[in-house]
Amino acid sequence: MLTNLFDGVAYGMLLFVLACGLSVTLGLMNFINLAHGAFAMAGGYVAAYCVNRLGAPFLAGLPLAFVASALTGVVLERTLYVHVYGKSHLDQVLFTIGLVFMSVAAVDFVQGSQQQFIALPAFLRSRFEVLGVSIGAYRLLIIGICGALALALQLALTRTRFGSRLRAAVDDPRVARGLGINVDAIFMVTFAVGSGLAGLGGALGAEILGLDPSFPLKFMVYFLIVVTVGGASSIIGPFLASILLGVADVAGKYYVPEAGAFVIYTVMIVVLLWRPQGLFAPRLAR
Amino acid sequence: MNAAHRASAAAALAAATRWRPAEFVFWAAAAASWFLLPDQYLLLNEVAIFGLFALSLDLALGYGGIVSLGHAAFFGFGAYLAGLLAKWGIGDPLLGLAAAGVASMLLGFATSFLVLRGSDLTRIMVTLSVSLVLFEVANRLTWLTGGADGLQGVVMAPILGRFEFDMFGRVGYAYSLSVLFVLFLIARRIMSSPFGLSVRAVKGNALRTAAIGIPVTGRLVAIYTLAAAYAGIAGALLAQSTQFVSLDVLAFHRSADVLLMLVIGGVGYLYGGIVGALLFKVMQDWLSGLTPQYWQFWIGLLLVLLVVVGRERIFGWPLALWRRVAGRRA
Repeated sequence: MLTNLFDGVAYGMLLFVLACGLSVTLGLMNFINLAHGAFAMAGGYVAAYCVNRLGAPFLAGLPLAFVASALTGVVLERTLYVHVYGKSHLDQVLFTIGLVFMSVAAVDFVQGSQQQFIALPAFLRSRFEVLGVSIGAYRLLIIGICGALALALQLALTRTRFGSRLRAAVDDPRVARGLGINVDAIFMVTFAVGSGLAGLGGALGAEILGLDPSFPLKFMVYFLIVVTVGGASSIIGPFLASILLGVADVAGKYYVPEAGAFVIYTVMIVVLLWRPQGLFAPRLAR
Repeated sequence: MNAAHRASAAAALAAATRWRPAEFVFWAAAAASWFLLPDQYLLLNEVAIFGLFALSLDLALGYGGIVSLGHAAFFGFGAYLAGLLAKWGIGDPLLGLAAAGVASMLLGFATSFLVLRGSDLTRIMVTLSVSLVLFEVANRLTWLTGGADGLQGVVMAPILGRFEFDMFGRVGYAYSLSVLFVLFLIARRIMSSPFGLSVRAVKGNALRTAAIGIPVTGRLVAIYTLAAAYAGIAGALLAQSTQFVSLDVLAFHRSADVLLMLVIGGVGYLYGGIVGALLFKVMQDWLSGLTPQYWQFWIGLLLVLLVVVGRERIFGWPLALWRRVAGRRA
């Protein structure tokens, strides 16, 4: 029971790191980025390549995944995404689905369609008991890293000058521009950080979520659930939504395996109908 | 002055609904393809079916303005229903088609209330999750749908008791094309009626439309329901002419593909879906001949180019040509 809860929390934390970049993109630019999972996949593959082929230590693979995905994010943002911000939601959907298709086929071409595994060092493969709860060291690491990241993001958002500019830009981009805030530059940085975090999440999650070329399609829905349920205007909302989703998914798979993924989809439809702005979003007139 | 205005407005509306020469050419070419391209029946059959599917999305998206990322829900629902009916011994194709249409219509009506709320993003999410729920249902109900193995044992009776389906798609293509033509005529009639005009008005500006007394919600429910029925019939056509239904009919890529077809062909003039389906299928056939495994990459590249470069610039010149040929003669 508690072990399930623990696994669920770890899973949820992972989802948060994967999806928080998306929530900023959506909140800041009102941009529907279905290709977010592609950045996560890129990070996962970079980490797998560095660790398995080049023999880098696992913990060094994580920052590499972050950097690689962040760089990819910046390049794509500057070359392609900027042209699409002003277009309709339909165009955004088409564009990002196109990116997903391309990334899926490209990874399949380069690395093959089989599942990738990242070799974990021995100290992360151990399990131990605390107060009758069986805890995997790897999941503990995930909770540690993701929890620290969430805290850091929250602090960066609320305590730094960049954070307050970002919040201003999310609340009202036009007025923020009028006040001399360079919204485009802020957006580029947040896009890069969001993509980087997705890449880190992809690398961390390869063990739990699995990593193969269909990753962006498989988890697209999960990311969108986190964002839509959590609302797109804070860190806390998506964080709580991810934990909830993680716990519900793990518990659902454990206790009612025959229900499969229904539970999650149904919950999301209900939430969207009940509060279209997200469960934890402040009721703002936007 | 006022009367003259009214007369010219009425004339403009009538001119917009009149059959143009290019439309006759289009359908004549479609009919001729059955006589002239006997070795392409299977491909053409798929073109006709996906043309109908894309036409149905055009009703929802092009006319109603509802961005759907889960239109395969209705397509797959219709396909499974028609397949199951045939498996249970009710093999008459037209009966199955009608049943699939009605059932998908009911499903569309039921889900339309979910879709009408919220922004584009909410709509995308809700349509997507409805189709994913259906996919999961079909995946789990193995005793009914065959799960991942697909629905086998679909045996169709001859159409109207006379025309037996053959493995070359000769009868199948004629059947699909006829159904497409009839449903196209109906859609064209509906969309040029006052009802169709009011649906377009809703898409143009929902607030003003409501202000002149047109029930916005009612119109959107109606057009979404109609689109669902069309999609269901398209799915049923696929199930009947291939005599097999796989889980693939509900997959996400179906919804994405149909969106791509519609966008290639152009949104909001009914022919877009059919033209797009033709281009998409021919391109897919050609690409998967070149690279069987990686053709999706090129489809993705096309999508990206379509948006970044702009549809007008890529498809501008044939469209201008079309306008010149089909342009108003009045």
